[in-house]
Amino acid sequence: MNEELRNIWTQFFNWVMGNGPRPENEVIPPEPPPALPFSQKPTDKFSRFHEATLKERYTQWLELHGLHLFSVIYSGLSVLTCIVIVSLLLATVAELPPFGHERNPANNEVIRRYVQHGGRETGAQNIVAGLILDYRAFDTFGESAVLFTAAVSVLMILGASRRNSLKDSQNPHTDPEGRNFSQRGPPVIRHHLLRKDDAILQGVASLSIPVILMMGCVVVINGHLSPGGGFSGGAILSTALILAANAFGFERVHNFFNERTFIVSSSTALMIYALSKGYSFFTGANHLHSIIPKGTIGDILSAGLILPLNICVGLIVAGTLYGFYALFSEGDM
Amino acid sequence: MINMFAYNIPFASIFLMMIAAIITPLLPNRNRLPEKLSCYLIGTVGVLSAYLLYTLTNSGQSLAFNFSMGHFPAPWGNELRAGPLEAVLALVFSVAMLLSLLGNFSSTQEDIAPARRNIFCVLVNLLMASLLALTYTNDLFTAYVFIEINTIAACSIVAVKEGAETVRAALRYLVMSLVGSGLVMIAICLLYDLTGHLLMQNMHGAIQVLVTTKSYIMPLTVSLALITVGLAIKSALYPFASWLPDAHGSSTNASSAILSGLVLKGHIFTIIKIFYRVFGLDVIHALRMDTVIFALGVIAMIMGSVHALRQKNVKRMIAWSSVAQVGYIFLGVGLNTTAGIAAACLHIIVHACVKPMLFTAAGGLSNSAGHKKGLHALMGTFYVNRWAGLGLIAGACSMMGVPAFAGFASKLRLMMASFDTPVVVWSLAALATSSVLNALYYVPAVIVILTHSKDAQKNFTVHPPTKLYNFSMCVFLILNFYLGLFCVPLLRLITRGVNVL
Repeated sequence: MNEELRNIWTQFFNWVMGNGPRPENEVIPPEPPPALPFSQKPTDKFSRFHEATLKERYTQWLELHGLHLFSVIYSGLSVLTCIVIVSLLLATVAELPPFGHERNPANNEVIRRYVQHGGRETGAQNIVAGLILDYRAFDTFGESAVLFTAAVSVLMILGASRRNSLKDSQNPHTDPEGRNFSQRGPPVIRHHLLRKDDAILQGVASLSIPVILMMGCVVVINGHLSPGGGFSGGAILSTALILAANAFGFERVHNFFNERTFIVSSSTALMIYALSKGYSFFTGANHLHSIIPKGTIGDILSAGLILPLNICVGLIVAGTLYGFYALFSEGDM
Repeated sequence: MINMFAYNIPFASIFLMMIAAIITPLLPNRNRLPEKLSCYLIGTVGVLSAYLLYTLTNSGQSLAFNFSMGHFPAPWGNELRAGPLEAVLALVFSVAMLLSLLGNFSSTQEDIAPARRNIFCVLVNLLMASLLALTYTNDLFTAYVFIEINTIAACSIVAVKEGAETVRAALRYLVMSLVGSGLVMIAICLLYDLTGHLLMQNMHGAIQVLVTTKSYIMPLTVSLALITVGLAIKSALYPFASWLPDAHGSSTNASSAILSGLVLKGHIFTIIKIFYRVFGLDVIHALRMDTVIFALGVIAMIMGSVHALRQKNVKRMIAWSSVAQVGYIFLGVGLNTTAGIAAACLHIIVHACVKPMLFTAAGGLSNSAGHKKGLHALMGTFYVNRWAGLGLIAGACSMMGVPAFAGFASKLRLMMASFDTPVVVWSLAALATSSVLNALYYVPAVIVILTHSKDAQKNFTVHPPTKLYNFSMCVFLILNFYLGLFCVPLLRLITRGVNVL
């Protein structure tokens, strides 16, 4: 019994460590002495009086130990820096005004107006939505533009170059001056580890995707009435796309959501945001009358521009998150 | 009160560039339409900024105005603020951006694959929009959002040229930049917790109260240090500048020119605004941040040049020289006087005009030497591409501080500003040493391109420089001499701008 247990333990240990039982007849060649990779010349065996100079010894020592020494110093210094910064930040946080206290500096007239008059002034029941999409809509425009920038950059670096090199490998494409743009080798296509016939995944996905889509739409459309909004709803929508891609393959998603649709939807959504909010900024700054109605608080069609802006932000977020997933895992959209 | 049209210019120029960036991916990629659109719109922004500047200087009593973004006034909504300094910077940024794009119009075509050109234009437009927003914003969080846009777009225009080197440089730049972004974010959170505001003037009031009552001094110091270091990483102050030579040296010429000339300046101007408008110079002095900035600036001036001396690649040499020039700007900021900050702003403008010229000239010269970037390969290229040669010589003279060139004017103002401060000896010594070091690497470069060499000229694959290239070089040279010879009215304007910053 004890012997068996030990046997199992050995097998388990070997399995974990990845070294299985070694065959008896295996001949292990003796390891050659570590070669010095960059040393200038081997020392002459026969010169009895040759003594390595201090500089030679130093270079040899550096070649043998330099990398190790560097990594030790590097990690030591990183840990030290982290400890210093962490303790500094913790000390700072300990000095800050107590959290949630009534007389904190952050509890000032700015917050008071948001909370007391937010509903009346923006028409949104959800104060956060009114705050980010009406009071400080310019910041949110910037945030959406950050997502747009990131998506476009990833698309350029991963998408455009890959398509280019795919095209090049078929017929070498050169520009009029004769320079070839594809300096890399043939494209590496990563086959996504995906079982196309996974019945359980497909069944669950076909059941849950409509629910997820519905949920995402509800969160986006009710953004001005209940917690949620474009950012969180868009993230939910993108999970439906990612799930569909994993269950049914990227080709199926590609049929209705590809790079072109992504660019068109993101640009259009951001353009609607920019133009409508630009109108609102312009009228607000110049004290002109704005034609945008506020509606009654609590209605689905209320809160002025917040509902369309939420939909725009939701579209951008959903497209960007799915785009990141597809581009990083598949290299294409 | 200024007229309605000028009043809307800050808002209009930001939105013009944003809308251009958004619409560019939808444009057809034929006839280089996106690039032409970018150039026209940047030119329009330049004209608008010039008009704004003209209106502001002739308006009389109130020199700066606030523009509330939306129906809600400032502490609740977002706000822009424009004064003479902002208008000058917007004008300089748009002119330098336009000239960098025009001058490198053909090299962009050679370096960037056709599928990527559309997106390159998107990124350039976004960079321009974020620079304008950083210049005009009066709200710290808006500044942060546009710093983010600026960071991502800047890293991507490094990687726009394909190749392992650029991707590595872009990744390095991205990691360093994100560390900076994180520090700035933490600092903004701390400041909001201490002051309860994000609007710069209101933060200033709250910080004055905190300092006079001597409460929360330690978190205030930490947040000032974090925000300064975060922005210093992005603007390549010396100990944090290790990403710069790779990023600026390996990317395409237009990207190098834009990054060195403009992107660094957006972050530096944000630091200036935070020092001047949010904290106030007396608080900066009380928290000792001026000494730190001054010391780092002096070290950057020396070390940037020392590193540049060791470079064999002409673009990397110019990139390290940027580190030294950023040191000059921080020296001016570290003097912690209005005159010092005005001189620093003048140097921002000078460097924004000279450094794109140097990169464009170096690109043109290495193009005529058959795309070789080594300094020795450029031997005799002056006689192949004379405008580029003239540009390099003028830029080198400017960086060394030869009288009548742009760099001389700003260095002179930095010296004069430092006479009123206790650190005058240090700053004079640093300026003198750094000028000599600049000469040590720029003079050999100039000698190399002027040396006749029969053997080398056979290898030249002569792409005759285009008319656009010559035109933009010409404008760069004119700007250089204008700044060097007639900078007094500009400096008066900047000083007025700093006073109402």
